[in-house]
Amino acid sequence: MAASGMGKGVFRRVAIGLPYLWLLALFLIPFLIVLKISVSTIATAIPPYTPTFGDISTWLDGIRQFTFENYLWIASDSLYITSYLESLKIAAISTVLTLAIGYPLAYGMARAPQRMKPLLLMLVILPFWTSFLIRVYAWIGILKPEGLLNQFLFFLGVIDAPLIITNTPVAIYIGIVYSYLPFMVLPIFANLDKMDGRLLEAAADLGSTPLRAFWTITFPLSLRGVLAGAFLVFIPAVGEFVIPDLLGGSRTLMIGKTLWMEFFNNRDWPVSSAVAIILLLILVVPIVIFQRIQDRQEASR
Amino acid sequence: MNKGWTGFNIASVVIGFAFLYLPIVILVIYSFNASQLVTVWGGFSTRWYGQLFSNRGLLDAAWVTLRVGLLSATVATILGTLAAVALTRYTRFRGRVLFTGMVYAPLVMPEVITGLSLLLLFVAIDFDRGFWTVTLAHVTFSMCFVAVVVQSRLLSFDRSLEEAAMDLGATPARTFLFVTLPVVWPAVIAGWMLAFTLSLDDLVIASFTSGPGATTLPMKIYSQVRLGVTPEINAVCTILVGLVTLGVITATLVNKRREVKKSREGELAMA
Repeated sequence: MAASGMGKGVFRRVAIGLPYLWLLALFLIPFLIVLKISVSTIATAIPPYTPTFGDISTWLDGIRQFTFENYLWIASDSLYITSYLESLKIAAISTVLTLAIGYPLAYGMARAPQRMKPLLLMLVILPFWTSFLIRVYAWIGILKPEGLLNQFLFFLGVIDAPLIITNTPVAIYIGIVYSYLPFMVLPIFANLDKMDGRLLEAAADLGSTPLRAFWTITFPLSLRGVLAGAFLVFIPAVGEFVIPDLLGGSRTLMIGKTLWMEFFNNRDWPVSSAVAIILLLILVVPIVIFQRIQDRQEASR
Repeated sequence: MNKGWTGFNIASVVIGFAFLYLPIVILVIYSFNASQLVTVWGGFSTRWYGQLFSNRGLLDAAWVTLRVGLLSATVATILGTLAAVALTRYTRFRGRVLFTGMVYAPLVMPEVITGLSLLLLFVAIDFDRGFWTVTLAHVTFSMCFVAVVVQSRLLSFDRSLEEAAMDLGATPARTFLFVTLPVVWPAVIAGWMLAFTLSLDDLVIASFTSGPGATTLPMKIYSQVRLGVTPEINAVCTILVGLVTLGVITATLVNKRREVKKSREGELAMA
């Protein structure tokens, strides 16, 4: 191929070099700094950590001051452990709820008349383009004690005391399900849409009930989409900040929020760095599994 | 798979979309509420929109956000497109595994970690925080989204066109500019739009990397939302939602026209 002859050309160097250098400088190195600071001691000066950058001598100082203090501190304080566990629990429950709402929606879309599909697809994608913050904010007015949901339920006579939803985990579930629903619907729809309808006809001809056909044929065939969707909801939900902060109130702990408070309110940079590193270690497992699923999907294409 | 659109299917689609759209619709309706109390309807009014234009802080924040968005989306599109080319066209170079990892990692990285790490970098090199740091941060995470969008288009691209151009003596740069780029252009535009909206939308990374004098609109909205729901914020949100909806619909229509035009050209060529 001609490219091999010009392989060492300027264009190749630019195409690889520019994004490479950019990501090294603004993604990898910052991450190494976090790692570094997570094993540094706190100092009262600003920046609030003993600076260990600059020249070689300070680097050596840094190594001498190497400490696991911050990690031990996190391990000994129930605030952090509760935050991690709560985050995982809330993310897992929200993922299941998103699936429960997203699957029927994706299924209905896949069965819709062909000419309606582009419109339905656009309607699913459109909220993804609108601001996340705005979509979460929209729920505050609906869910709060004197909000529209309670007014509506009063009007129907269903309740006689307002439901307390804001500042509880329920509000966080609603927020996450709402914000991440498109991420669940799109991969499931993509899988269901290319499914061969004749499989179901064959099952029906052989005397299978529709429900049985669904569980033995449709659902297994859409499993890849379900898994991809579940990870696309679960992974970002674990580190979520905006939703627990605006809808969850002060009593619900999620690690993204704890990190934020540790950083902005307590100004303890080493501990927040250690919190970040542990969060990342927790997320590595689901991320790797997700990558595997994606790779297999690519390969099967 | 469209054997019979049953009542159940229609119901789940209708309920799903009601859930997705009702909160936004309510938000838009209440932005026209005359009452100061957000949940009590006091008649139709546009007074909150009028007040917006005299709110200096909000306008400044909108201006900062727009500048950051335009600049970061453009740089991110250039870098992301180059990264996509590197990933699809150059399968062997030193450090490719690391490169691939760095392109995909920011997509799944929790925002709090990206924000924290960039802030620590800017502090470590003593870089004044403000407009430029937010822009650099936004370029970094949105270029990865651009790379993924453009990459998927490059993978389905007929490479024999590029090979033909190079056999005829075009340099790789010329081939890219005059053969590859025109074909993948819609993906590049989509990547730019994605990068732009990601930048407009970002609260967490901007809060970490911003400094005095560079408050973005989401930061402004967030600080007011924490104090409670106000009709003024509803009005800002309505404007933003309206602009985005307009943009997405326009992009969809333009794309559709392109496709129609292309298929017509195809038919003409066959005739």
